Amino acid sequence: MNLQAVRSIYTFEMARARRTLLQSVVSPVISTSLYFVVFGAAIGSRISHIEGISYGAFIVPGLIMLMLLTQSVSNASFAIFFPRFSGTIYELLSAPIAYYEIVIGYVGAAATKSIVLGLIILATAGFFVPLEIAHPLWMLAFLVLTAVTFSLLGFIIGIWADGFEKLQLVPLLIITPLTFLGGSFYSVDMLPPVWQTVTLFNPVVYLVSGFRWSFYGISDVSVTASLLMILVFLTLCLGLVAWIFKTGYRIKP
Amino acid sequence: MQPAIHVSNLSKTYDSGFQALKNIDLEVRRGEIFALLGPNGAGKTTLISIICGLVNPSEGTVLADGHDIVNDYRAAREKIGLVPQELTTDAFETVWATVSFSRGLFGKPANPAHIEKVLKDLALWDKRHNRLITLSGGMKRRVLIAKALSHEPQILFLDEPTAGVDVELRRDMWEVVRLLRESGVTIILTTHYIEEAEEMADRIGVISRGEIILVEDKAELMHKLGRKQLTLHLQYPLERIPATLGAHDLALAEDGTELTYTYDTQEERTGITGLLGDLNAAGIDFKDLHTRQSSLEEIFVNLVRERQ
Ligand SMILES: Nc1ncnc2c1ncn2[C@@H]1O[C@H](COP(=O)(O)OP(=O)(O)OP(=O)(O)O)[C@@H](O)[C@H]1O
Ligand SMILES: [Mg+2]
Repeated sequence: MNLQAVRSIYTFEMARARRTLLQSVVSPVISTSLYFVVFGAAIGSRISHIEGISYGAFIVPGLIMLMLLTQSVSNASFAIFFPRFSGTIYELLSAPIAYYEIVIGYVGAAATKSIVLGLIILATAGFFVPLEIAHPLWMLAFLVLTAVTFSLLGFIIGIWADGFEKLQLVPLLIITPLTFLGGSFYSVDMLPPVWQTVTLFNPVVYLVSGFRWSFYGISDVSVTASLLMILVFLTLCLGLVAWIFKTGYRIKP
Repeated sequence: MQPAIHVSNLSKTYDSGFQALKNIDLEVRRGEIFALLGPNGAGKTTLISIICGLVNPSEGTVLADGHDIVNDYRAAREKIGLVPQELTTDAFETVWATVSFSRGLFGKPANPAHIEKVLKDLALWDKRHNRLITLSGGMKRRVLIAKALSHEPQILFLDEPTAGVDVELRRDMWEVVRLLRESGVTIILTTHYIEEAEEMADRIGVISRGEIILVEDKAELMHKLGRKQLTLHLQYPLERIPATLGAHDLALAEDGTELTYTYDTQEERTGITGLLGDLNAAGIDFKDLHTRQSSLEEIFVNLVRERQ
């Protein structure tokens, strides 16, 4: 394995994030804080507790997931789209690197960034609501698995997109609605029965539910189902990435 | 000795159905400078891109330093440095960072001394802390060369290295390439400029419409390129060339009004004076004359025609 190359890609990407620290950390922190102020404090005070948890605390896992998904996808998609767009990808293709090493470098960096961000948001949340984490290790496991899976998805989008519109379209049209409808701000059984069934087709429900379980021990769906869902999703993404590189789809004519 | 690059029966058909390369066979010898000449769209970049791993071959094999570029790509690519035709750089990186990154990508441990040497050789040392976006086109081109040299390749591909580089810099660049060759690096460059090939190359390959139509030592090719024709418009038509002029390489036009003499500009004596003297002695008068040299374009066209 060309470890040196993986490290180069990884550090290169992390350096890029450091240069854009303001937009990559400060803006998500501000927007999350706004969510807390609006939903947690202003509206949340009028909403009764959900399964014994204050509304402000209830939305913490969902909010972190929301940021985790959007940031993973946008980080990874941009990271690989940009070299394609500018043409510097020639260097990756001509280097003695295996495809999986390219993926590890880019996806690893994108996932690292969103995990760090997730933890920062978690800390920020601590300022607004009392936090308890029932299963810290599971919490970390969900955090890492989700970040990796969605960074992979972002990587795929970054390779599929042939313009900046598409690059932004998927997160905007798919990820954001799925997350908002994925139980970030409510418990699934607050929905009418029909929608409860529909919701079960939304993969994000499983992520949010599992993640929330690691905090408060409550969940909409079983934890096993949540874990399985992430793994299924991870496998799908890995399969797609493997296929992309095997065929050279949109990378190698 | 094993060739640096060995291409056999290589073909490429793009997804569009366009066949960019047709059964290419080519050997680049170790340590030589090989110039690939050809008109726009001939397939030069396609050929280089396949060897370097940017484009999938449709058929055929390529060995770089004896390693198959597909099955043994790691070993093959470690040996190769590529300077692409397009100026593609990470706008916001510094020169130093981007060149160091390239070295890491090729699996080599950091070596600031080597990077320093490369940057100095390419007159980029003063610019090492500059972001690439602040550099001129010629400087960016040199950064691309520095990136390609960062991992100490044994085979270097230069796809039109001097496009957009001013005359003085072009000379400097040629000098760098020559030094590299002296240090044992094999160099394959593409160009549209015959002077560039003439100045630099040991051997020249001509590619046209996806086919290699000739590979020759520079000296040989220059000999062919250096041929000129002198056409004499005669006062009175001739029926045939008089025997007294048999020693000269002459051709008579069909209507007998033009005599064409082919000579080599690279030779010490062109034989023109002798010819004119003999014409005079034979009593052949001419009312006008002109000379012409085949352009590279014409040579391409002729070569292609000969092939068909
Ligand atoms: N990705 C692609 N898909 C379809 N056709 C392509 C692709 N890339 C190149 N071609 C075609 O293949 C042919 C050869 O292109 P190539 O870039 O190899 O030419 P070249 O000899 O490098 O030309 P130039 O001197 O202009 O750089 C051209 O007709 C070009 O249009
Ligand atoms: Mg070209």
